[in-house]
Amino acid sequence: MRVTVIDYKAGNLTSVLKALRHVGAEAEVTDGDLKLIETAERIVLPGVGHFAATQRLDATGLTPAIRAAIARGVPFLGICVGMQWLYAGSSEAPEQPGLAHFAESCARFPESNQKVPHVGWNSLEVRKNSRLLAGVEPGEFVYFTHSYKAPVTADTAAITHYIEPFASAVERANVMGVQFHPEKSGATGLKILRNFLSWKEKRTEC
Amino acid sequence: MLTKRIIACLDVRDGRVVKGVQFIDIVDAGDPATQAARHAREGADEIVLLDITATHEGRSTLLDTVRRTARELFVPFCVGGGIASAKDAEQVFEAGADKVSVNSAALKDPMLIDAIGRSFGAQAVVVAIDARRDPQAADPVRDAQVFVQGGRKPAGRRVVEWAREAEDRGAGEILLTSMNSDGMRTGFDCELTAAVSEAVGIPVIASGGAGTVEHFVNVFSRGKADAALAASIFHFGVSSARSLKEELARAGVSVRLPC
Repeated sequence: MRVTVIDYKAGNLTSVLKALRHVGAEAEVTDGDLKLIETAERIVLPGVGHFAATQRLDATGLTPAIRAAIARGVPFLGICVGMQWLYAGSSEAPEQPGLAHFAESCARFPESNQKVPHVGWNSLEVRKNSRLLAGVEPGEFVYFTHSYKAPVTADTAAITHYIEPFASAVERANVMGVQFHPEKSGATGLKILRNFLSWKEKRTEC
Repeated sequence: MLTKRIIACLDVRDGRVVKGVQFIDIVDAGDPATQAARHAREGADEIVLLDITATHEGRSTLLDTVRRTARELFVPFCVGGGIASAKDAEQVFEAGADKVSVNSAALKDPMLIDAIGRSFGAQAVVVAIDARRDPQAADPVRDAQVFVQGGRKPAGRRVVEWAREAEDRGAGEILLTSMNSDGMRTGFDCELTAAVSEAVGIPVIASGGAGTVEHFVNVFSRGKADAALAASIFHFGVSSARSLKEELARAGVSVRLPC
């Protein structure tokens, strides 16, 4: 299975590539070759760091190319900031718009006596219909490191509790995102990446 | 619920895992890649590799070790020791590390924290602090001093104040090692850990002194640590992350149990 991984110079690609290859993907990297997006079978947008870094996606013309790929039905997975980019924006960089595939915006964790960033292994409350998180059982944990998060909505595929409930995964048809790092989440994370690789469009029976 | 992290630490010299007692006796404890994989399999939440190779030639050995260790490791992986510039950090990230820990070089040039954070994100910068209580001081905790060069030289900074500055400069986590307790297996320095943890808003990893399960229970409760590091307890089959976590869970500490 061929996976096109987008390099927008935000954080470390090595871990994502390694994990995808480990679960059998043939991973290729692009930092602006639009041809690769036009022919992509699956797209992964990784990312750690600052939301402002997604500006590079606009500058290189990747944003409209990805939008078109998503419209064609190409399965898409955003990780961490890559998930946040699927929303309208983030208060981390208010001047930088996201893809707005999901209408809401991301915001920083509210002030509390708990530490921010949220770093470490936390659990997922998986919604029944999630295909990305199929087979993830209660008591399994995934690794987070972030200060901004997406709100819980109808498209939320999993909820995690830290300071307040937030969307740790989002999923609508072929567009998926995870706030945690599946490439750093041991066996559970690899299972989620396998689910993404085997994701198929559900055809409506006539 | 966010769990308390158990981090396995590998001190590495010339490509081999070693363990010192109070930074002196060095014992060979195996191959880093093999050890890291074993700890991850047994439920360690994270692996820290601290390179204690002093020589310049050791750099290329380190990058090779990082590459080999990262290859089949699917938990967070932090590398420290001798990282003196953003360029050094970049090489370590390219070799497969997720975080770097900086220590002496950050004390010498605090802007290093800002520089790595700007390029790779705060989550990628761990500031390691080697702390020693000053028994002569009026308040040994508040006046605990930062040491450098493997604990030989005082840096002229107070621990709590340096931790705060590190946070302000964009560190993502603090790795606090009590030099009084390191390798002694007599327990973490809970008072000092709590003082630092309360002073900053970022996670604090406690290190130095792990010997029993109770020590971990204490550092998570009294010490207010977000994570705890253990090296000697995991070597030579003394204990495993799995058995440690099972016992911690029984003691009421929220931990991730390995599948």
